[in-house]
Formats: sequence, structure tokens, C-alpha cells
Amino acid sequence: MFKYFEPNKIFSITSKAPKYVLFLFIVILSIGLTEALILSPEDYKQSHSVRIMYVHVPAAWISLGIFSAITFLSIVGYIFKIRNFFLIAKSLAPSGLVFNIIALVTGSIWGKPTWGTWWAWDARITSMLILALFYIMYLVAWRIFEDKDKVFKVTSIITILGIINVPIIKYSVDWWNTLHQPASINILSKSSIHISMLFPLMTMTAAFALFSLLIFLMKYNTELIKIKNKGLDRL
Amino acid sequence: MYGRKVRLRFFFVILILITLALSVFLLVKSLEENVIFFKSPTEIKALSEIGEKKIRIGGMVKKESIIIISKEIRFIVTDFKNEINVVYSGVVPNLFAEEKGVVAEGYLKDKNFFLATKILAKHDENYMPPEVKAALEEK
Repeated sequence: MFKYFEPNKIFSITSKAPKYVLFLFIVILSIGLTEALILSPEDYKQSHSVRIMYVHVPAAWISLGIFSAITFLSIVGYIFKIRNFFLIAKSLAPSGLVFNIIALVTGSIWGKPTWGTWWAWDARITSMLILALFYIMYLVAWRIFEDKDKVFKVTSIITILGIINVPIIKYSVDWWNTLHQPASINILSKSSIHISMLFPLMTMTAAFALFSLLIFLMKYNTELIKIKNKGLDRL
Repeated sequence: MYGRKVRLRFFFVILILITLALSVFLLVKSLEENVIFFKSPTEIKALSEIGEKKIRIGGMVKKESIIIISKEIRFIVTDFKNEINVVYSGVVPNLFAEEKGVVAEGYLKDKNFFLATKILAKHDENYMPPEVKAALEEK
């Protein structure tokens, strides 16, 4: 199994993958955008503003998902001392931050016509802002610390601190009175979002996930090339 | 089995997580007053004293309660248990309507009267096309 952790072996796969992922991303995104902007119906209450949701919600999901993945990789990497996991986590982080910012900005654009305000310090919005700060801290830590052992420890600590915030984001709308509406999609009960709107939402989520994968592969390849140039034969 | 060091690190991480989760829980619990975005009419009724500070109240706009007198708008916020009269002059958001969620920011004059300086519309978690809404109402 360990032979697959050799940079050359990994690189031979990950260097070819981006073009296929890019192709798939363009196809899914085209379908998603056509569905979201043209084919899907307007909402009974907020009319066309609902279309912002097709970007806002997938972006928020992806940024939460990536932060959870980074935390998992960092903790497992720390316990079992797997350096490769830290590099995977590092390569995942930028797209997580980008989607986090997209979620905040689109939320703000949606908030003005529907709520009547650009920003509110309610629990959901504030905790999402805190997540963005944790992403920035995580990425800055990689730039500050030169020493590998130190950077692994510091980034692990940042993710462990940040992961406490993730369930708070998820349940903030249920635990407290917030301006933000509660979740429309529940695994256990019937979702309160009409099926004609659910389809573009899921397609856009798939498109954003592919975009994250694409950026991840490009970042990860760079990391592998850096290792190769240093002349190290394993991670 | 895994080495001693690995097990130690595993317990270390678990311990940090539990400690952090507990301290954050206690911190947020003690700050609950500030975490909630608005108070419901029932919570307002339960207040022991009326402060001078700006607060937010929220609930549903009661059916057939909106009265517009020149520049002033009056309506009743209800949580189906208690009610508060709200007076406001200014622009209301597009989604502000009867039987819809609302958050009003302003000053509580007494337990039944609220002078709003800002009105926010609250959106619920239901999304559907207009035809579906019409079909639901017919039922």
C-alpha cells in the first residue's frame, strides 16, 4: 500500500486527472446554470431572488464540507504522522475559503431585497464569518511557519479550534432566534423546498464540488512537484 | 495494535475536543442573551423591567392588523400567544406582509407598545413555485 504514497505514483494519476474534471465541471455547470437561471420556476414569495439560493446554498455546503475534511485529515495526519494528509488538507483549503466568501457575499446580496438589510449580526451569519476567519488563519499559518513539524502542529490546532464552530453553524438556526431561515432540506423529514427547485440546487452542488476537486488537484500537483524538486523520494 | 505514541496522541486530540466543546458550550450558554437576534412577544411579556436600550422583537404580522396612516404604519406582531403593537415610519422591505415573519428593531415603550426604527422581513424555509402555492391554498 505504501508504494502509492510515492510522489511519482500519485503524480502520474493526479497530473492527468484535471482535464477530465474540468470537462465534467463545464458540462455539469452548464446544466446547473441553465436549470437555475432559466428553467426553474420563480418563488411564490420572493420571485426571482430565489435564484441566488442556487449559488448561496451549495457554496455554504461545500465550504462546511471542506473544513470538516481538512479537520479530519489534520487530526488523522497528526495521530498517525501521515505527512501526505497535511498536504491534501493544505491543497483543499483555498477552494473552501473561496466558497465561504461566495456564500457570505451572495447571502448579503439576497438579504438586501428580502430582509431589507445587507448584514445582520445573527448567529448563522456571524458563525459563518468566523469560519472564514478560521480558513484565513489556516492558510496564513502555512505561509508563516517554515518548519514542517511546526506547521503541521499549528494547522492541526487551528482546525480543531475551528471544527467546534461547524455544528454551531449548522444548528444555530434551530437553537436560537435568527434572522436566517431554518434548513429547508432535512435528511429525516420531507424537505420544504419544491422538487423543481431541488434539482438545480443539487446540480449546482455537484458543479461546485467538481470545481473544488479541480482546484484541489492543481494545488496538490504543485505540492508534489515541490517535493520532487527537493529530491525526496517519499512523502 | 498501534504504538503507545499513536494512542497517546489519539487521547490527546479527543481530550482537546471534549474540553473545547464544553468550554464553548458554557461560553455560548452564558451569552445566550446576545446570541439571539430577536425576542418574541412572549419573552417581552416575561421581562421584569423595560430597558432604554434598542432591542429587536420578532414574530408574525397578525392578519388584518396593518394600518397605514399617512407616513406611519401600525401593525401587531404575534407569536400566537402574546401580541405587541408596533409603530413605524419609513420604508418596509418587499416581503413585509400580513401573516409573514417580521423582525422590528427599536425601543420598547411598554409591554404592549413598540416604537420601531427599522423593519426587517423574515423569510421562512418554504420554497415553491406560485402555481404550487395556489394549488395548496385551494385545498
